[in-house]
Amino acid sequence: MYPIVLLSVLGIVTLFLGFSKSKNILLPAVLLFLAIALAGNFFEWNKGPLLYFYDMFRVDNLTLAFNGIILASAFMIVAISGGFQDNAEAEPAEYYALMLFSLVGAIMMVGFEHLIMLFLGVEILSVAMYVLTGSNKRNLRSNEAALKYFLMGAFATGIMLFGMTLLYGATGSFELSEIQAYVSTTQQAVPSYILYAGLLLLLIGMLFKVSAAPFHFWTPDVYEGAPTIFTTFMSTIVKTAGFAALYRLLSHSFTGVYGFWWLVIAIIAILTLLVGNIGATTQNSFKRMMAYSGISHAGYLLIALTALSKPTQNAIVFYSLAYSLSTIAAFGVLILVSKEKTFEGQPDERYDAFNGLAKKNPFLAFVVTVSMLSLAGIPLTAGFWGKFFVFSSAADRGIIWVPAIAVLMSVVGIYYYFRVIIASYLKEGDIAEIRVAPFYKVILILATVLTIVFGLAPGLLEGIF
Amino acid sequence: MIPNPNIPEVIQNVPLQYYLILSTLLFVIGIIGVLTRRNAIIIFMSVELMLNAANILLIAFSSYRSDPSGQVFVFFIMAVAAAEVAVGLAIIVMIYRNTRNTDIGFLNKLKW
Repeated sequence: MYPIVLLSVLGIVTLFLGFSKSKNILLPAVLLFLAIALAGNFFEWNKGPLLYFYDMFRVDNLTLAFNGIILASAFMIVAISGGFQDNAEAEPAEYYALMLFSLVGAIMMVGFEHLIMLFLGVEILSVAMYVLTGSNKRNLRSNEAALKYFLMGAFATGIMLFGMTLLYGATGSFELSEIQAYVSTTQQAVPSYILYAGLLLLLIGMLFKVSAAPFHFWTPDVYEGAPTIFTTFMSTIVKTAGFAALYRLLSHSFTGVYGFWWLVIAIIAILTLLVGNIGATTQNSFKRMMAYSGISHAGYLLIALTALSKPTQNAIVFYSLAYSLSTIAAFGVLILVSKEKTFEGQPDERYDAFNGLAKKNPFLAFVVTVSMLSLAGIPLTAGFWGKFFVFSSAADRGIIWVPAIAVLMSVVGIYYYFRVIIASYLKEGDIAEIRVAPFYKVILILATVLTIVFGLAPGLLEGIF
Repeated sequence: MIPNPNIPEVIQNVPLQYYLILSTLLFVIGIIGVLTRRNAIIIFMSVELMLNAANILLIAFSSYRSDPSGQVFVFFIMAVAAAEVAVGLAIIVMIYRNTRNTDIGFLNKLKW
């Protein structure tokens, strides 16, 4: 609960800091704010399940772990944004304030206990992201991404709301515990198709937000058009929060109708994996490949949801952490590399931009290699164990065919992730030595080291719930 | 629905199913509008229609159950929808300044 209050207040403080003459105070201040929120988050660790805001918001170790991932990712992303000093048109104070406000939404999504809280969380997160996507006002690609994201997001919200309405009609309550109680009873006053329709529409709305196929059409365009730093924000924080919310929704109120929804989720997971992996192979742009990669990782996370067994929550937490770390490292390198050259008047974000990276920038080449290996799920990286936990949690439940297809798809993944590694080490290129700010370097090292540490010792996170 | 003696007769005169049908129709009209229209503002209006379909149904359910939480939710939806309108129209104005158009067919810079 503390991060919600802290971030709301500190976000407003950040807006006021934008008035100050000195431009150098903003970035350290925002980093401090995020550190405070992170500390406030773990202040409630092991205090047991607590309910706040008239039982509408729940705090337990699982939500604290998700919040920790979200806030730590935000910290790293703010750190690599470097205060937007290279862009004269940028409004850093407003961007940071919007980022802090959107984190409030993400945290509400993670810990909701009442559907109003879910709705508000999704909207607070999304509305801030619409603005950040379009923050590059003069750039048509950024504009286009913002409009596409906005229209698709608002459409998804409408569907989600109608689903919540039907659920309310069927169960008579917005509270997860009461919905669970209603769903578990066998004799029901309202015809069950209203309940099922409500659940399906709510799921469709949420799947839109986490970009699962067939609701993924906006993702590649939006990820490509948005400024890279906000693409990083979207692909890590929005995804983590979305899956935390889906897990909470399904595990806290719909275990009674597991037989109805697990097949739906399983089929969507397979479809997402196919679309994400096969779409990624046809790309020439690294950033667009990362968007498709984000879709395919949503597919892997959905597999964990189909199981909903005991190890599932561990798997989702670990997978989100591994995915966030690698994604931040990969985009962190892309931001530096894409500044070197331009292609068709834009920063060069194609694979070719990485050609010959290792010759003069061995550090950056190493960072991007580790992150690609982790995203591909090669052993000794965190990504491998993430996939391992996800697949084994599904197999625990006796669902074998879904992980089997997913393993095949992760083989396809190796093809497009390795193109980056091949470009950096084996292809000829003429990238000059790129100057990396010390703090930027620390974040990249941190992400890389954590990826390897969790790859060597995946047990570090086990049994913390 | 089970008749509830606490609900005034005026409300019970219209069966709940009628509200369900009305709002489902509005919702479907909204979806069709989003999927078929080419103007960003009209798409946006269709989204608002979807939200209002949900509002009507929420109020109907809430009255028939004598439970205020549905009506409270409507206030939240209206407030959030207003915030969304502010951001959405700002984005559309931004696009209009750059392209002199609000037709989504013009948005073709990003594709594979």
